Amino acid sequence: MAAEPKKLPGSLRNNPSLDLWIGIEADATVTVRSGKVEIGQGLKTAAAQVAAEELDVSLVRVRVKTADTAETADENVTSGSRSMEVSATALRYAAAECRAIMVRMAADRFGVPVDQLSVEDGTIRGPGSNQRITYWELMGGKKFGRDATGTVPPKVPQAHRIVGTRVERLDLPGKVFGQPAFVHDLTLPGMVHGRIVRPRHQSATLESVDTAAVEKLPGVIKVVRDGDFLGVVAETEVTAIAARDALHRAARWRAGPPLPDEDRLYEWMLGEATMDGGCIDGVHTDDCPPEEPPPKDAQTTLESLYARPYILHGAMGPSCAVAQWAGGTLTLHTHSQGVFPLRRALTNVFRMDEADIRCIHMDGAGCYGHNGADDVALDAALLARALPGRPVRVQWMRDDEHCWEPFGAAMVVKVRASLGADGRVADWRFDVWSNHHGNRPKGNPKESGLLAARMIENGLPPQTLGPATGSEAGEHRNAWPGYAFPRISVAKHFVTAHPFRCSSLRGLGAYANVFAIEQMMDELAVAAGQDPATFRLAHLPDPRARAVIEAARDAIAWGQHAATPGRGHGIAYARYKNAAAYCAVAVDAEVDETTGVIRVTRAVCAGDAGEAIAPDGIANQLEGGLIQSLSWTLKERVRFTPGEITSVDWETYPILTFREAPEVETLVLDRPGEKFLGVGEASQGPTAAAIANAVFAATGVRLRELPFTPERVRAMILEARRSA
Amino acid sequence: MSDTFRLSVNGREHSVTAEGDTPLLYVLRNDIGLASPKYGCGTEQCGTCNVIVDGDKAFSCTLTVRDAAGKAIVTLEGLGTPENPHPVQAAFIAEQAAQCGYCTSGIMISAKVLLDRNPDPDTDAIRVALQDNLCRCGTHSRVFRAVRRAARALAR
Ligand code: FES
Ligand code: FES
Repeated sequence: MAAEPKKLPGSLRNNPSLDLWIGIEADATVTVRSGKVEIGQGLKTAAAQVAAEELDVSLVRVRVKTADTAETADENVTSGSRSMEVSATALRYAAAECRAIMVRMAADRFGVPVDQLSVEDGTIRGPGSNQRITYWELMGGKKFGRDATGTVPPKVPQAHRIVGTRVERLDLPGKVFGQPAFVHDLTLPGMVHGRIVRPRHQSATLESVDTAAVEKLPGVIKVVRDGDFLGVVAETEVTAIAARDALHRAARWRAGPPLPDEDRLYEWMLGEATMDGGCIDGVHTDDCPPEEPPPKDAQTTLESLYARPYILHGAMGPSCAVAQWAGGTLTLHTHSQGVFPLRRALTNVFRMDEADIRCIHMDGAGCYGHNGADDVALDAALLARALPGRPVRVQWMRDDEHCWEPFGAAMVVKVRASLGADGRVADWRFDVWSNHHGNRPKGNPKESGLLAARMIENGLPPQTLGPATGSEAGEHRNAWPGYAFPRISVAKHFVTAHPFRCSSLRGLGAYANVFAIEQMMDELAVAAGQDPATFRLAHLPDPRARAVIEAARDAIAWGQHAATPGRGHGIAYARYKNAAAYCAVAVDAEVDETTGVIRVTRAVCAGDAGEAIAPDGIANQLEGGLIQSLSWTLKERVRFTPGEITSVDWETYPILTFREAPEVETLVLDRPGEKFLGVGEASQGPTAAAIANAVFAATGVRLRELPFTPERVRAMILEARRSA
Repeated sequence: MSDTFRLSVNGREHSVTAEGDTPLLYVLRNDIGLASPKYGCGTEQCGTCNVIVDGDKAFSCTLTVRDAAGKAIVTLEGLGTPENPHPVQAAFIAEQAAQCGYCTSGIMISAKVLLDRNPDPDTDAIRVALQDNLCRCGTHSRVFRAVRRAARALAR
C-alpha cells in the first residue's frame, strides 16, 4: 500500500503508524493514544469521542492514554490550542482506517462484500444470521502493523452519534471522588521526598552554604549542591520541607543585577534596546515598517498606549515530578506539556541517549502555558541522581512557583488610528513592545530551556532569546487586526533585556494586542458617534465573525438598559491567531467611584470553534478563559523591588476569588463539517477589552494600563473628574 | 520528638506516629494514603487542602496533627463513592464543574459544610462560603450551578 506521507492529515503526517493511535484489546476495550496531554481542557474525552465515533464502539469501552515517550506518537507540545486540530484529526482518520481494516477482515472471512457489513459497538454483522464477529475476536491484543494511508474518509457530520454530544469528562470522576489522579498523588515503592532551595531573584547566585547541620537532621538523606543548584532529599515530605527551610537560612546568595522600577516598567521597556520586525498582511517581515503620517483626508486621528505587566501562570498545584534512576536510565513522571521535547532537553543536560530516558505524562494542575512543569522535572532528576534506584518526588513550594515559573511577558502597545469621512477606519498603525513569549525547551544541544541547567557545574546556558519570527507567534499573535481596514501597518519591537525568565502564557501576545485593538475600536466608535457593536460589524465581512458578535450582543441585552451612572456594558471580539476560534465577550460592569472597585456582574461569551466535538468542553474552555482573564485584568501583576520578587504567594499576588466571580453564560455556535478550531485561548483578549469598554461606558474613563486595581481606577476617575 | 496520635478519619480510627506540629495534610496524604487534600500554598490562602473537622471546614496545611487528634475528620473520600456519590459530588459531575480538578476537592468540602448549615443558599451565600477557595481554571460559574444543584438534590 503506497502511503502518501505529505497528504496525511494532522499528526499522522509525522506519526503514521496506526498502532501509535489505536489499540484493539483482548478484553473488549479500545485503547486510544494521543501524544497530547490532558491539562484540564478535556483532551482525553474529546479524543475518546472522536475514536469511538469512527470505530462505532460505545464510549465506555474506550481507554485513553496520553503522552509517554515509550508508547505514544511524538506530538511535541500540547499548546497553542492545537490539540483538537492536529491530534483529533489524526485520530479521526486513524480510527476510520482501523474500522475499515477490520471490516475488510470480516468481509474476507464471511466471503461477502464490505458494503453488506454493519458495525455496532465493535460487533461486525453480515447478511447471514451466523455472520457475526467482534473487533476483539479479530484483533484482540494484536497490532495493525501498518501505516495509515489517510484514504478512508471519516463519517459525514450528519452521521455522528457521539461527537457533538454533551458527554461527561472521563477524567472527572477520579478527581471528584478523591482518587489519586495527579502526578502529585503518585507514590512508588521506596519513594522519598525532595525540595529545592532558590533565592527570590532569578539572577542571584549561590555564594556559600553550610550544609553540615542540615545533613545531620534526622530523616535527611542528602543535601545536593551542584554549582548554584541546591536541594535536599529526605525520608518524609515534612522533613524535606523543614530541611529546605533550614537551607534557606544557611544559604548566602550573591545579588543579581537590580530589577527595573516596577512603577515605571513601561517607560523602561520603551527606552530599552529592541530588535524590530514587522508584519505585512498578517505575515512576519524582518523589516520594520516606518510610521507614515495619517492620510491627509483623515477626519479624526486617535493615538493611545496600552500596557500589561508580567503575569503568572499561577497553577493551583505547585509543579511536581517523580524521578528515578536505575542502571544509567532515567524514568520521569511529569505533568510537562511536552514529554518528547522534555526528553530531548534532558538528554542534552545529562549527555545521554534518548533511549535511556522515559518521560511519562500524568495529570497536573492546570498550567495555562509553559510553567514550572519541565523545570521541576530536571530538579527531580538532579536530586534522584544522587540516590540511584530510589524514586524521588519533588514538589515546588508556593514561593518557588511564584518566583521561578516563567512569567507571561510584559508588553506595551501603541495604536494610532484614523477615521475617514465615511465614519470608517481609514488608517491603522500598530506598534508592540514585548519580552519573550516562547521559551519552552527546544532542541539546541548547546543551551537549555530547563531552569537548573544554567545553575549546575558543566551545565548549559539559557536558551538564546529573540523576536518571534513566525506569523502569529509570540508578540505577533493577534497584532494584525482582524478587521478590513484599507491601510494597516504593524511594527514589532522585541525588548532584548529580560529582568525575568518569560515564556508562553495562555494567549501569548494576543491578550495585550486584542486588549489594545478592541479598546481602540471602541474609542473610534465613540469618536464616530456609532454604536460599538455596529461599528465592529461594519468592518467585518466574515459572517462567522459577525455571528459571534451578534450572539454576545443580543445575549447581554445590548442597549436595552437605561443609562445608569456607574454601570455600563462593553463588548469585544477577536478571532484567535486570526485563524482559530472566533470569540466575542460582552460584560456588564459596575464601578464604585469612591473605592475604585469594578464588579463584573454578568458576562456572556459567544464562540465558534468549528465543528464542536465536545460542546460542553468548548464552553468550559471559553468560560474558564473568560474568568481567568477577568482575574488578570482586574488584579494581576508580578510585584518586585530592585532586589527581589515580592509576589511570593496569593496574598502578594492576589487572583480572582469566588466573591468577585460573575455568572458566565456561554454560547457555542456549532459548525458541523467545519474544521476544528482551537478554542482554549480565545476569550483572554476579548474579556480584557470588554471590561475596559464597560468601565468607559460606566464612568467615561479609559483604562489602558493593566491591571484595573481599585487604587488605579480610583486615581484615574479622580483625575478625570478634576480635569473635567 | 515524635508522638503517637489517634486520628478518626472518615469514620475509621488510625494511629500515626509524627511530631505534634506536623500539618495534618501530610499525615492524611502520606501516612493514611488519602489523595484528596492537596498542597497548594501551605498558608491558608487557597483551600486546596480543605477537610472537615468536627463539622467545620479546616485548612489541613496548618492544622497540626496534635490539634486534630481525637476529632472527627472527614475528607472528600469520606463523602461518597462512584457507586454512591454524595449529592455534592453528583452535582459537580452533572455540571462538569471542574477543569484540572486540583482545587475541586477543597471546593466540594467547602460546599458540603455550607449546605450542612444553609440548605438553600443563594449565589451570594455560595460566594461567601467559597471565598477562601481559589480556582485558577475559572470554574466559578459552574461551581455556583453545581452547589445550587446539590442543594436542590438534598432538599428532595
Ligand atoms: S494548601 Fe492549605 S490553604 Fe492552600
Ligand atoms: S479546576 Fe483547575 S484550579 Fe480549579
